[in-house]
Amino acid sequence: MNNSLTLLGLLGREPSYGYDLKHSYDRYFGIEKALAFGQVYATLARMVRDELIRAVGEETGGGPDRKKYEITATGQDKVRSWLFTPDTPSETLQSDLFAKTVIALLLEDDADRLLDLQRAEHMARMRELTRAKKDAQLLQVLMCDHGLFHIEADLRWIDLTTARLTQLKKELQHA
Amino acid sequence: MNTTNTPILSARDLRHSFGPTDALRGIDLDVQAGEVLAVMGPSGSGKSTLLHCLAGVLTPDSGTVTYSPANQAPRDVGGLNEQERSRLRLTDFGFVFQFGQLLPELNALDNVSIPLLLAGIKRPEALRRSTVLLERLDLGSMSGKLPGELSGGQAQRVAVARALVTAPTVLFADEPTGSLDSLASENVLTLMLELVREAGTTVVMVTHDPRSAAYADREVIVRDGAISAGYRIPA
Repeated sequence: MNNSLTLLGLLGREPSYGYDLKHSYDRYFGIEKALAFGQVYATLARMVRDELIRAVGEETGGGPDRKKYEITATGQDKVRSWLFTPDTPSETLQSDLFAKTVIALLLEDDADRLLDLQRAEHMARMRELTRAKKDAQLLQVLMCDHGLFHIEADLRWIDLTTARLTQLKKELQHA
Repeated sequence: MNTTNTPILSARDLRHSFGPTDALRGIDLDVQAGEVLAVMGPSGSGKSTLLHCLAGVLTPDSGTVTYSPANQAPRDVGGLNEQERSRLRLTDFGFVFQFGQLLPELNALDNVSIPLLLAGIKRPEALRRSTVLLERLDLGSMSGKLPGELSGGQAQRVAVARALVTAPTVLFADEPTGSLDSLASENVLTLMLELVREAGTTVVMVTHDPRSAAYADREVIVRDGAISAGYRIPA
């Protein structure tokens, strides 16, 4: 998740103090891990430098801040560009798992077990997310669902790879 | 709930074949009382056969299934005669299948009350208990509807009510949400799990769907008739 662009997007609603912005972020996206104040202020300073936002007014808001920030036209363009540019599907996890599986087979180690361990880890995470949905607000439920469906996709790959291990091992031995 | 650490269900070296096909090839599995266990695995891996052997629907070719509910002597499910096993399935076990298998000519309320009537409970009491359960499953207004008039999710919730109305010690569920969309699945599982956790019911749920399995406390994977390496009971 791109924290900088998410914060910029939140600023697109209305001008805000860093303190209030952090709490907005936490309410929508920080269910599991709140954003550190330091990260918020560092990000704001960077965005001022890049002319994506500018400081307005010096009065005190809900927290100790004196500076209120508003998004610039460049910042608005940046947010729109981010929103409407699809992300490249992440292959980091799969490529790592793929490498581990191939190495395990090459070393004649237990690739089945390796995939089982990864599956168990994925399932544990799915249980966590499923528990987090109970009695949660719809916003949180949707966020958890997003995570659940992505983990499920990984699991399908693990299942298919598991089913093809014998064939894969043969091909590797003859490669 | 079982008050000791003795598993409520314990399978040892379960083997079963259908003709030349080995469906179970030596399964060891313990299920703790009050636990919700997901049995996962690819199609044809033997997970449904395992469930049927654990529930006494099928007698394995060899191996044992020991059922040890609290305050009762342990029983070898496979060693019981047909009449004893039928009794056990009626009094101690509940079942939910992929397609609810409701009787089409009976309304929801009557479908739910069948197991109680079979167990000898008088009809007014059976209907009262069934009504309470249907209300818990958000089906209070549906009790007079025939299965054909219910959505897939509603019908499956009726099937859950029918399985739980006798307050079983163990609930066996075979792909309980296999025919439902994501939202209906979630609804069925949430309500079902709420009821079983409240009652301390042990659940063995066969599913190939990770999102359904995530409602369980743990999962085991069955592959080619055996528990997958990472999920075996430590020797």
